[in-house]
Amino acid sequence: MSAPARPPEGRRSPSHGEDVAQRQEGSRTSFIQVRKVWQQYGDQTVLENLRLDIAEGEFCALVGASGCGKSTFLRMLLGQERPHKGQILLDGQPLVAEPDPSRGIVFQRYSVLPHLSVLDNVALGLELPRAPLLGRLFGRAKAEAREQAAQLLQRVGLGHALDKYPSQLSGGMQQRLAIAQALIMKPRMLLLDEPFGALDPGIRKDMHALLLELWQETRLTVLMVTHDLSEGFTLGTRLLVFDKVRHDPHAPGAYGARITYDIPLNLDRHATREAVAALPAHVTSALKTA
Amino acid sequence: MRLINQKPGRSWRISLAMLPFALLLIAYLAGSAARLAENPQDKLLPSVTQMADAVDRMAFSEDPRSGRYLFWDDTAASLKRLAMGLAIAAVVGLCLGILAGSLPLFGASLSPLLTVISMIPPLAILPVLFIVFGLDELSKVMLIVLGITPVIARDIEQRAREIPAELLIKAQTLGANTWTLILRVALPQLLPRLLIALQLALGSAWLFLIAAEAIASTDGLGYRIFLVRRYLAMDVILPYVAWITLLAWLMDLGLKRLTRAAFPWYEGGRT
Repeated sequence: MSAPARPPEGRRSPSHGEDVAQRQEGSRTSFIQVRKVWQQYGDQTVLENLRLDIAEGEFCALVGASGCGKSTFLRMLLGQERPHKGQILLDGQPLVAEPDPSRGIVFQRYSVLPHLSVLDNVALGLELPRAPLLGRLFGRAKAEAREQAAQLLQRVGLGHALDKYPSQLSGGMQQRLAIAQALIMKPRMLLLDEPFGALDPGIRKDMHALLLELWQETRLTVLMVTHDLSEGFTLGTRLLVFDKVRHDPHAPGAYGARITYDIPLNLDRHATREAVAALPAHVTSALKTA
Repeated sequence: MRLINQKPGRSWRISLAMLPFALLLIAYLAGSAARLAENPQDKLLPSVTQMADAVDRMAFSEDPRSGRYLFWDDTAASLKRLAMGLAIAAVVGLCLGILAGSLPLFGASLSPLLTVISMIPPLAILPVLFIVFGLDELSKVMLIVLGITPVIARDIEQRAREIPAELLIKAQTLGANTWTLILRVALPQLLPRLLIALQLALGSAWLFLIAAEAIASTDGLGYRIFLVRRYLAMDVILPYVAWITLLAWLMDLGLKRLTRAAFPWYEGGRT
């Protein structure tokens, strides 16, 4: 199939926003670089010619209609799928092509291990990397891992449920657990695949607050796929809209989605965090304990 | 109220559970009494006293020839074979099932092999077992093992495939390698399934045990039943069958209890 000329870039974000984004990118080395990435399954093109730079510490909300490749993109970042064409660089290095501890993930469902208690679900992340033979720690090392896990669980509001099994938790609490489980690894990148899609609106609001707090504290790079546009606007520092710009009615799978809008958001929050980060360490630690 | 919406209460449920057993018992007693009234020498449907005598003779008095209590010797011999067969089948089935279900590279070879092997009727290769392993204990245990291992392995394989991909990915992001992922994520989730698979395989295991004992053995519950068949000793056969049924039922119950006690998170978890 002959590749048609690329459409004019007229559908991108307003030039003002683009300038801001450019300036942001210019001021930092970009953490994730997506270089002309295509993904297709058989004849079905899902993503076409994706080019993207994401700075460290950014909170990207990925929105778009269902089936337009947001989750596919997330799976590629996770290492679960390989791009058909193109390359994804992480800190300038090609992305490791299988899931590893540098990238945390929270799915909408099945994110936590049903056979482990809440505490062990989180402590597991401390045990596995240090015990490649038995997969578990013993004695003092185990007690320390559990102590550390308990602190983090306290932080996400699960301090009262350490001994419960995930099936005894509500949907919102299970997602809190999944987030804690991902954060115990201190990943550089947190990937969220519609993490709050199955939750009630009230619970969702609590989760938003929690997630923002954790983002502020950890300075993580977060990529979150969501169906909920307002969720994306509330949380993100950058909104990426995935959409198909080209359609061939005779070959619906011929063209894939690309990023049609790239909108910087909540710049004040970014600035606030930058300012806080610029403060000397003794001041910030004093603020945190206060 | 429609029939489909009518549910028995607790006492009703117990009575309804007992009812068919009571009916069967009454039918047997009536039939036995009728036949014995016609011909006191009848052997087909022995009375309760005749069976009690037989049990007393087999279980509670020494055998005049060997000086042993045959009933308990038979039980011990059979249970030992059954336990060995079940244990070996469980371990081998679990390993094969996990390999085939969790590791696609192994599954590619193992899966078709297991499917074909599970189609071999175990009793058809019993002569082969006797030739290869001899006529003693090993061949009887092997019959049980060969009979139920493929079933267990295929069940575990299927369950291993049903573990959501999300969990396997999550475990990798938590720093698991292939081995620790199997050890700490796949295996613990499959153990309760293994107990359930064993529970379902119990019936076949008993079948293969009795068959092996009937053909080549000098003790065991199956051996005894087939031995006394020559004398039409229904007064021995029926208590033996009842005893086997009771043992099988207790094992089934035990496995069910064990599943619930050892894996409280399984199926809803503890409440």
